[in-house]
Amino acid sequence: MNKERHFHISRRKELPWYRAWAIRGAAIVLALLVCALVTMLLTGEDPLRIYATMFAGAFGTARKAWVLGQNLAILLCISLAVTPAFRMRFWNIGAEGQVLISALACAACMILLADRVPNWLLIVIMSAASILAGAIWAVIPAFFKARFQTNETLFTLMMNYVATQLVAYFVIVWEVPKGSGTIGIINQSTQAGWLPQIGDSKYLLNILVVGVLTILMFLYLNYTKHGYEIAVVGESERTARYVGIKVDRVIIRTLLLSGALCGVAGLLLVGGTDHTVTTTIAGGRGFTAVMVSWLAKFNPLAMIFASFLLVFLGRGANEISTVFSLNHSFGDILTGVILFFIIGSEFFINYQLHFRSEADYGAPGSERPTEGGKGKAHV
Amino acid sequence: MEEKTPAVQMRDITKRFGTTLANDKVWLDIYRGEILALLGENGSGKTTLMNMLSGIYFPDAGKILVDGREVVIRSPRDAFELGIGMIHQHFKLVDVFTAAENIVLGLHEPGRLDRKAVAEKVRAICETYGFDVDPDQKVYDMSVSQKQTVEIVKVLYRGADILILDEPTAVLTPQETDKLFAVLRNMRADGKAIVIITHKMHEVEALSDRVAVLRHGQFVGDMLTAKTNAQEMTNMMVGHAVSLNIRRPEPKDPKPRLQVEGLTVRSMDGILKLEDVSFTANSGEILGVAGISGSGQKELLEAIAGLQPVERGSIRYLEPDGGGAELLGMDPLDIAARGVVLSFVPEDRLGMGLVGSMDLTDNMMLRSFRRGRSPFVDRKSPRTLASQVVSELSVSTPGLGIPVRRLSGGNVQKVLVGREIAAAPTVLLTAYAVRGLDIGASHTIYDLINRQKEQGVAVIYVGEDLDVLLELSDRILVLCGGKVSGIVDGRTTSKRAVGMMMTKLGGDAHE
Repeated sequence: MNKERHFHISRRKELPWYRAWAIRGAAIVLALLVCALVTMLLTGEDPLRIYATMFAGAFGTARKAWVLGQNLAILLCISLAVTPAFRMRFWNIGAEGQVLISALACAACMILLADRVPNWLLIVIMSAASILAGAIWAVIPAFFKARFQTNETLFTLMMNYVATQLVAYFVIVWEVPKGSGTIGIINQSTQAGWLPQIGDSKYLLNILVVGVLTILMFLYLNYTKHGYEIAVVGESERTARYVGIKVDRVIIRTLLLSGALCGVAGLLLVGGTDHTVTTTIAGGRGFTAVMVSWLAKFNPLAMIFASFLLVFLGRGANEISTVFSLNHSFGDILTGVILFFIIGSEFFINYQLHFRSEADYGAPGSERPTEGGKGKAHV
Repeated sequence: MEEKTPAVQMRDITKRFGTTLANDKVWLDIYRGEILALLGENGSGKTTLMNMLSGIYFPDAGKILVDGREVVIRSPRDAFELGIGMIHQHFKLVDVFTAAENIVLGLHEPGRLDRKAVAEKVRAICETYGFDVDPDQKVYDMSVSQKQTVEIVKVLYRGADILILDEPTAVLTPQETDKLFAVLRNMRADGKAIVIITHKMHEVEALSDRVAVLRHGQFVGDMLTAKTNAQEMTNMMVGHAVSLNIRRPEPKDPKPRLQVEGLTVRSMDGILKLEDVSFTANSGEILGVAGISGSGQKELLEAIAGLQPVERGSIRYLEPDGGGAELLGMDPLDIAARGVVLSFVPEDRLGMGLVGSMDLTDNMMLRSFRRGRSPFVDRKSPRTLASQVVSELSVSTPGLGIPVRRLSGGNVQKVLVGREIAAAPTVLLTAYAVRGLDIGASHTIYDLINRQKEQGVAVIYVGEDLDVLLELSDRILVLCGGKVSGIVDGRTTSKRAVGMMMTKLGGDAHE
């Protein structure tokens, strides 16, 4: 009896939703405690003040709240874009490139057509161009996957670099003023091709568009025949073939949608808020979106919270580093700690630990125990 | 055997998976020089119990004594050190290695590997017990039965004297089964303790000395095989009296429904899977398909269902009113669009017939979700169908919203068969419809199939249990290496004859 295991891990059958959320909540509380500890040890600052600063960084002023909303909208839009592909187990990590290429298409329309067509037509053309560019960028790897079973993860990743290089090239072609290496604000004076502003915030339009898209995506995935086909293909291609679903067609159709939504994100970024294009306009959100989509278990409504959390953490971390004049990496450390706990909590939702005590073995020659699970603790 | 010390004593073994109690304070004694048959329905905890003995699972509670000494078995290595070896249902061999290489794989013997010595030792073991293994043969060249032999020799090579075999005959022909049984008897004579997990009654009666029965994770009892019979054992397994006979109604007005001619199928890598297969399936009749696993059964059914590219041949569907349609070259949608209701219960239930993570309702609409022009799916009628299937086939499920993966094997199959039958098919294809199902569930499925037959459906039933095939089918098509070895009358043929035809084209007839 000298080498017994005192605990083991087993898969949970099912957990009521409230217990799952209790575990997640506990993870966030724990994360905040650890963050506080880390903060005190490393900086000597008062953790409560740090949290207050984080909060202020996200919501402190109306402008900050709007920026938070804008960042959330764009991240959510890209997350929505990758989700149908993910539900189909098509690991599209090329959202970054799809956003970039559509941003480029949008900027190209604004630069080249500004003086030639009326403003309303320009907006129509650049919207179509952005969406089409994103869709094409996504459908290329989808075509090769459907036809030749190429690996979509590598393919979409590589497409990112192509998009970045294309943007870098055209930034030099269109740079204003010459030699600056940037395009600058496009059509600053005429505002041609700028998406209309609702009220006095230039961010409201983006937020509304993405809000509507979120609901549409939720309905599309859960209640339409297309959404059902995506789920079947994702779960098992053999089942899909067995019931006569044309798998190739579903893959291509879904990636067209996925890319088109990245196109919307590019359009909103260039036409709606930034009015310029740079190689960093997507800002890594194509990859963060992957995390948002997974954290939300591919549920569009849950993605609102997931992207809020990530944007909030990012904005808060920024604020901390400026206010306390800490290195920017400190904010990243806190974000990392919090994400570690949130993702780690999924382990405790899916698995449980059993501890067993000596009593469970029963003494040699004992009678059958009267109770089944005595001396056992569930975590 | 009163005074013999058991080789293994399992006491109060309890194992829980999530909320299910797989083993509930099970007691089991295993003796040397004896073959113990461990009987039980599916999910009764037989395999779980034996996995704890062989170190794959660790009991939540209870203890294990080997030769009277309490032991802790934490890994298969611990089990081997105690002389316990298990032969699993799914072989764990490296295809590109030879028999001898597989046998020594994972052994940490000091020094260089002496292939000659290994081969010598393997030969010695084979001679002792009457195995037929060539140590230098590559595994990919072996038949299923040879692979199984390698698994057994592997265990013996490691010095095991307590052997556990998990459903060893599921993949064997009757002749191979006889050979295996002879070997097991030799091992018994040599004083080894042998446990075989099975639910085939006639094998228990033919082979074992003692029977232990589990039901719902609990130990029901054990007895000497000589002092019991199939009916009594079945009743113990199920917990109430059941009938073991399978009904075989006379076919009513059989007419040709499906005419297959010269069907030839090649796999993706160019291997001939079916060669020149011709037969006719009649309405109101069950055509059984027998054959060693991998003889082309899967390709045959998938070719008919429009899922398998065909090299040449013809599959004609003959309508009751005299019309006909060539199904070859059509995919499942085309076939349905042509008005042919062809239902297919595939072998891989959760990987092909159903979507494991989806609930009952969503699985019900797999075939019908396209109905109507609305872009939205209608979940109302599938839900009605799901509750209908649940109540008519007495599927035991906590609700319609549960992922089918969580249901037990028998219930999964009821859901699948229920959906396929609900389409009111004219042709029903089933592949291993009762594989892994317990007696009760199997009889439910036979009943459903028989009812389809009585309604005039042409049923093609691919099976592996020859006893069942002989009891259920009107005619039996025997496949051997992708060719038709013969078509025989299910009422007059014998198990031996079919077994011969499975291993040799035409069986005995051409000798």
